[in-house]
Amino acid sequence: MTTRAPSAGAQTPDVVQGPQGVPTVPGAVPVGGRPDPRPMSRRGEILYFALRTKKVIIGLTIIAVFLVLALIGPIIRPGDPDALIGPLGASPSADWWFGTTSFGQDIFAQFVYSLGSTFLVGALGGGIAAIIGMTVGFVAGYRGGWIDEVLNMITNVVLVIPTLALLLVAAAYLSARGVVVEALFIGFTSWPWAARAIRAQTFSLRSREFVNLARMSGVKGLRIVFGEIAPNMSSYLFLTFILLFGGAILIAATLDFIGLGPTSGSSLGLMMYDAVAWSALQLGLWWWFIPPGVAITAIVGALYITNVGLDEVFNPKLRNT
Amino acid sequence: MLTLERVSKTYKVGLFGGTDLAAVRDVSFSLQPGEVISLIGESGSGKSTIGKMILRLLAVNGGAITHDGTDIATLRGSALRSYYRTVQGVFQDPFSSFNPIFKADHVFGLIRGVYFGSASTAEWERKLNDALEAVTLDPGQVLHKYPHQLSGGQLQRLLIARALLLDTRYLVADEIISMLDASTRIDVLNLLGDLKARGLGILFITHDLSLGNYISERTVILRRGRIVEMGATAAVFGQPLHPYTRMLIASVPRLHEKWGQIDAGVRAGSGWAPAPGERCLFHAAVPDGGAAADLAGLAGSGLAELEAGHFVGCVAPTADGTCGGRSASAA
Amino acid sequence: MSLQVTDLRVYYRTLAGDVKALDGVTFGIADGEIMGLAGESGCGKSTLGNSLIRMEGRMRHVGGTVTLDGVPLPIDDQADMNHFRFAEVSIIPQYAMSALNPTRKIGKMVGELVATRGVRYHDIREELERRLELVGLARDVLDRYPIELSGGMKQRMVMVLSTLLDPSLLIADEITSALDVSSQRAVAQTLVEFRDRGFVKSMIVVTHDVSILYQISNTLAIMYAGKLAEKAPTDVIMSRPKHPYTRLLISSLPEIGVRFEEQRLTGIPGTPPSLLNPPTGCRFRERCPIAIARCTDEEPPFVEVEPNHSVACWMAS
Repeated sequence: MTTRAPSAGAQTPDVVQGPQGVPTVPGAVPVGGRPDPRPMSRRGEILYFALRTKKVIIGLTIIAVFLVLALIGPIIRPGDPDALIGPLGASPSADWWFGTTSFGQDIFAQFVYSLGSTFLVGALGGGIAAIIGMTVGFVAGYRGGWIDEVLNMITNVVLVIPTLALLLVAAAYLSARGVVVEALFIGFTSWPWAARAIRAQTFSLRSREFVNLARMSGVKGLRIVFGEIAPNMSSYLFLTFILLFGGAILIAATLDFIGLGPTSGSSLGLMMYDAVAWSALQLGLWWWFIPPGVAITAIVGALYITNVGLDEVFNPKLRNT
Repeated sequence: MLTLERVSKTYKVGLFGGTDLAAVRDVSFSLQPGEVISLIGESGSGKSTIGKMILRLLAVNGGAITHDGTDIATLRGSALRSYYRTVQGVFQDPFSSFNPIFKADHVFGLIRGVYFGSASTAEWERKLNDALEAVTLDPGQVLHKYPHQLSGGQLQRLLIARALLLDTRYLVADEIISMLDASTRIDVLNLLGDLKARGLGILFITHDLSLGNYISERTVILRRGRIVEMGATAAVFGQPLHPYTRMLIASVPRLHEKWGQIDAGVRAGSGWAPAPGERCLFHAAVPDGGAAADLAGLAGSGLAELEAGHFVGCVAPTADGTCGGRSASAA
Repeated sequence: MSLQVTDLRVYYRTLAGDVKALDGVTFGIADGEIMGLAGESGCGKSTLGNSLIRMEGRMRHVGGTVTLDGVPLPIDDQADMNHFRFAEVSIIPQYAMSALNPTRKIGKMVGELVATRGVRYHDIREELERRLELVGLARDVLDRYPIELSGGMKQRMVMVLSTLLDPSLLIADEITSALDVSSQRAVAQTLVEFRDRGFVKSMIVVTHDVSILYQISNTLAIMYAGKLAEKAPTDVIMSRPKHPYTRLLISSLPEIGVRFEEQRLTGIPGTPPSLLNPPTGCRFRERCPIAIARCTDEEPPFVEVEPNHSVACWMAS
């Protein structure tokens, strides 16, 4: 699963280095530190750009739409989504907005419930991966030495584990799995790239003098990491989380689709799995698999586009203006 | 008194860390409060490494750094914290020394938490204002701004104020003005001079000989991790004993005198090397290659005291540090 | 052969407005002259040096002309300017050590570079090797990759490269800042040697280090806040500076022999003005010890007060 990691400059401050004639473009930050004529703080500047970058607006809008749908869907269409209440295999109509399955289930109801579970997997799986990745990345990057070597080894091992094979084995042992288990699995296997990236950033920030200054102020290691280094990388961490979130959704959908998903509950991937299992393609029941497919593509795509857009916002060098 | 006794720092480099790279070799000198020592060297001389070792940011591989008799490598926890009350540092790049996402007063907040936790707000503010006044900064102008809104000179002064807040007795100033503009350099330099008069001991690390000459009482010339000459500034600059020192002094561009025909001995190849036949004064003084120095701690450190307080090292030490053995007749 | 710059204005276009980095600069350089360009950071000296060869990023040529050897230089047209670059106007960039393509052997890179000017590598190889020898580089450096060379060697390589086609004008942008004092002298003297041997006709040496300029340049131009403050032969500037900024600058430089206890040097209080909205009148007036009312109302023109000595100061003219 290749993801476009946030650019390394995501939170490199565009601060001009000392006055030795380093040729930088003045204007973003005053050269030589003259009093800043612009009224905006950095946070204000980021918000200004974020709300004006097309990519961010488009991406966030799409996600918002699906999120709202996931939240209010169960209110619009209350009841059990798997209930057999409609005509068999009916195409979309005024009564059944997304049509029905071959068994007469309301696809729209299934859809909005699945959206919720998809977001849950994304948040939980992505969240777990983010926590592990950050912990490993920060510790390895800050401490260096043999701790770094050990953590690198662990990262490499997890990276090369064939997750599919692992999942097959797990599936054989866990006959009943829920969405949470799936999220845990994804969380525990998709963190290596994040750890690597965070380690690299931490490494580079660690060599900055303000870390030394904190050490000389008697501040302990952990507080330095969370007090000085992590805030400096906050945009990078944010972008990493977005990518992990999107990645988790995509992985979950893939696993569901090939039948290694949860045994209970529903998700967009499971809908597609069902559709294929019950020959929706051959029977021409396009309304069964197109909505979930489009939704997955749209959500994950929107997350990645937002990531790219925010990357431009955080890293002024990528801006086109 | 802060003393370095035969301090060495070796890095393991190369494939599988097989080769040793000696960044600092057998460096010995001591710093008293109220004096400025210039540590002069080019890049790769190890001067910054020495500064970082004194500040406990790097570990010492050989020898020891002692503060009033205690080896600083043994300090832990609260002993280390009180060490940092006595010894502080300011670094070269003011914009790297401040965390760019926090305001400038963040660096003070850090030490307040650790050292002044019990002080009341009023007391803390009073101390802060006193320290800022001592470095001629107006608190209202600097404390609530972000680092990028301040100039390099102001930032360096803030860092000096931070050291003063802690009642530091020794300051390691590592190239603190090389990134400042010519017009602000001299102000910061004069500030250091004033602080020296008030009892601060300063290790002034620089590659710029004119600055070292301006401000220091004693000068240490470093080359490739070893001291080649050490003594009172007037003596080192006035009657340099080591050919490397002479080359450095000759290479400095002056303001009222052209370089002329003085051969600085700079080879247009791989940097400076002693001329063939260059007489090694160290070897002439201690022909057996050892060092006979009166001061404790300097024995065996490769320095010979040719005049009172004026030490010189070997012209061409071998890789493992012994004298290359050149007498007046050596080729 | 000479360079004539007339009322050159180069601004940086930013979201907050135009930063007037170079705001009306006029001077001339004669054949064989090395002109030093000094000033604090943000004064525009790097902008001036770079604008004569390549407008980067947000630099905009807003006004003024540049003429080299009687031919106008199309500095605002990237394509037209290409004809002049490397062959007539060349630059040794600030971070010259990173200017070499790490994936190419040096000889190959030189070949490609000269080929863009229609010169065959074969034809120029002999001259190249002669020059390498001059700066103390062995011939086999052409068969090596940049990573195999030390910083000083790369610096010298770039110096040879930049002057290979004997340009009329060479711009040296802070080439000694990152060097040790021993290499500084060697590099500075190499620059002079290039001029003496005719590899380069005239040179602009941009640096903040006035003492190096004293050693090697014929004339010295001091810039402040985007404008020229003073320009005169080097000896004259050092002995009889007329602009208060120049005077303060020179007196703030420590030299070997000057000690804190004996002679306390003074800096220049204050900071340079913002170039987004520069103040009216003389831009130095807020820090100037001898400013008068006229300095606030009218900007002093850069005029010649003695032969070859121009100053922009009401008190000097």
